[in-house]
Amino acid sequence: MRRYVVKRVAQAVGVLWAAYTVSFLVLILLPGDPVSAMAGAGAEAGTVDPAQLARLRHEYGFDKPVLAQYADHLGRAVRGDFGDAISTGRPVTSTLGDALPQTLTLTGTALLLAVVLGGGLAVLATYTSRRWLRQLLLSLPPLGVSVPTFWVGLLLVEVFSFRLRWFPAFGNDGPRGLVLPALTLAIPTGAQIAQVLAKSLLTALDQAYVETARAKGAGRLRIHLRHALRNASLPALTVVGLLAGQLIAGSVVVETVFSRDGLGRVTVAAVTAQDIPLVQGVVVFGALIFVLANLIVDLVYPLLDPRIVVASGRKGSFA
Amino acid sequence: MISHPDSRPARWATLTALLTTGALLTACSSGSGGGASDGTGRPKSGGTLTFAVGSDAGCVDPQQVGSNDTIYSLRQIVDSLTDQDPKTGRIVPWLAKSWDISKDTKTFTFHLRSGVTFSDGSTLTAQVVKDNFDAVPKLGALATLAQGYLSGVESTTVVDPLTVRVSFKQPNAQFLQATSTFSLGIESSASVKRAPKQKCSDGVVGSGPFTLKQYVQNRSITLAKRTKYAWGSALWSKKGEAYLDRLVFKVVPEAGVRTGSLQSGQVDAISSVGRADESALKGAQVNLAARANPGNVFNLGLNNSRPLLKDVKVRQAILFAVDRQQIVDAVFPTGTRPATSILAHTTPDYTDLGKDLAHDAAKAKSLLDEAGWKTGGDGIRTKDGDRLSLTVSWFANAATNQPALELIQQQLKAVGIDIVLKERQISQFATTLQSGDFDAVWGNVTRADPDILRSSYSTKLANFYHLPASPLDSLLTRQAATSDATERAQLVEQAQRLIVRNAYVVPVVELQTQLGVAKKVHDLGFEASSRIQLHDTWIG
Repeated sequence: MRRYVVKRVAQAVGVLWAAYTVSFLVLILLPGDPVSAMAGAGAEAGTVDPAQLARLRHEYGFDKPVLAQYADHLGRAVRGDFGDAISTGRPVTSTLGDALPQTLTLTGTALLLAVVLGGGLAVLATYTSRRWLRQLLLSLPPLGVSVPTFWVGLLLVEVFSFRLRWFPAFGNDGPRGLVLPALTLAIPTGAQIAQVLAKSLLTALDQAYVETARAKGAGRLRIHLRHALRNASLPALTVVGLLAGQLIAGSVVVETVFSRDGLGRVTVAAVTAQDIPLVQGVVVFGALIFVLANLIVDLVYPLLDPRIVVASGRKGSFA
Repeated sequence: MISHPDSRPARWATLTALLTTGALLTACSSGSGGGASDGTGRPKSGGTLTFAVGSDAGCVDPQQVGSNDTIYSLRQIVDSLTDQDPKTGRIVPWLAKSWDISKDTKTFTFHLRSGVTFSDGSTLTAQVVKDNFDAVPKLGALATLAQGYLSGVESTTVVDPLTVRVSFKQPNAQFLQATSTFSLGIESSASVKRAPKQKCSDGVVGSGPFTLKQYVQNRSITLAKRTKYAWGSALWSKKGEAYLDRLVFKVVPEAGVRTGSLQSGQVDAISSVGRADESALKGAQVNLAARANPGNVFNLGLNNSRPLLKDVKVRQAILFAVDRQQIVDAVFPTGTRPATSILAHTTPDYTDLGKDLAHDAAKAKSLLDEAGWKTGGDGIRTKDGDRLSLTVSWFANAATNQPALELIQQQLKAVGIDIVLKERQISQFATTLQSGDFDAVWGNVTRADPDILRSSYSTKLANFYHLPASPLDSLLTRQAATSDATERAQLVEQAQRLIVRNAYVVPVVELQTQLGVAKKVHDLGFEASSRIQLHDTWIG
């Protein structure tokens, strides 16, 4: 078990480093730099003094060789210092620290909703003996996966905020403001969970051990929930791990549509302003959340199926 | 993801999709009204105005910010030395009771009002003004607007506690109007001395009718009324403190959500109403308020040093080939005017040159014929093996840019000119102009003073458009040096004529600022630069 954990943690660190390096490279390769971006945004009168720009570039270290900049940034990042955001002058860590809880609340609620809705749908669809109902329920996930998130969001706002006025259309104020954005994110996510879970539930119900259980006289509901669901939930759990990253990405759209403060909005602002320290902070934070979510999933696997650690220990790898 | 092997669910999915969208869209299409107004018509104090804007500049220092969405709120926390009448362009007293300008327009002496206090309790003195004008140039590229207004300043001197004198190295007639802008809004001495970054995140201390209560980046800016405020601009109808108790500016990036929030009464006013949102707001309890931005209209800023564009006939052909009315009708909000000069009609000393800018494709073609450009096989003209092809660089900072340029592209193709559109990041704006690596740049400049012509087109300054030295230079220099309004207007008129007739740049369309305001909100008007002043605004 210990080797298994150490390996997972080492992989996580590798992912973080790669995310940091790739984002740095992309930002350096982009034309322009944050100092020009600052000047460009306010340069209405066309009176930008090149000497001033050069001085600012020097102040932020953009005139140093690329490798020196990289080493410098990475060295500080390892110690948890991502510097100050260029567009606002606030420390990157506190900018992210303010935004993170908002995004975690949103994505956490959305994930919960997705598991409940998607899981419930899959269980109900595979449990029902009415063929038409099963077909109807199973047709919902492909629909949920295929509609674009921003469209779902705008539709929900139109109906539940502008028409019915049940929920506010924008803002971070209280649980009422959380309902529509969380639902928007939960719909595609829940649909994916439902697809995977329904498929593996149907497969599980055809397995020999279900027959055995049935022969032993177990009830239909008991077989469905105790035996089949337990085995079927493993692939679904893998998907949930992947979805955590997708949820963070989805928050960019949802936070923009619902004007919510959070990592997604910070990301948009940072990229627009080519704010290198801030973008790097966002990328590393995003990767960290993704890595942690998958680490948790990896560590939960053995609890569901002890054979996983055994397999991992023996072969030295686990895909 | 795994898809279901059975084909039936796919059919079901289509059907369900059709049913769901059908039902929801029907629900969306019926009309609805906002809150009703009682319409007594008498102004009253109190209440909160909620204003949804599209973006947040990430900084709450009016000296450092140029973005309108953020200026709408920050304008309310600082007063300026002067104010500008949006109707006449005239400069009127605000923090300065009066001023004297030297005959050579190099020296400006301001006589300040007494009894003005900042929200930190300190008093307005000549020293405070000096502290501001000394600090602004040091902000450099962080404050391009404010720094530009003060460029060439020699010294700021305290004459007596309430008299301050600003001297320039060169004649500088634009400076008086500059003192009316938010960029030179006066902050308290303690506030000015703080680090630029700190002012950005924590805000500044001004003497304005509202103070900053809370700033949450990307979310909101909240302002509260200053009681006992008594030093408003000469233009304001209400004396003393403002009517509204609180102003809340919410950042709502999605245009559709801003529109719906205004319709459903969740906010009282919104910025940046596009043509697509207009129909949704009509019939609701909403007024659309619009005003053209003064300054240089949206234009094709030609690089006059390029071989193709050195020929005045080619430049004029482009100017005549553009059908401005068609572009306005197809792309811009209702009420937007086609350009009738390089200056928008709301700029002081604007001259109507509409006749010189009339669409005339036949004339464009004959000019190109005269210049020796012959129509080739693909409809694009050629001369000595060269194709008449130009690259227009543009920046994605307004939704109207791309459709407007695509229409221009078609219009120019009709006379045999090929246009290649090249989108660049807004972060490349400054570097593009500096490098000179462009045939033409699409853009505008907001400024309520005709001196913008000098900063844009004088060959003695940056000369980003590479104009050749010409009599235009002396006109531009002289208008900056004259304190006589009539004389200045004449010089500016001649300058506009030279720019348009020589087609140094091709004016296309005025930029119009358009707000949506609930009918219960009264007296929310535009100031001279087409931004807003909320001192006189009331809800009833």
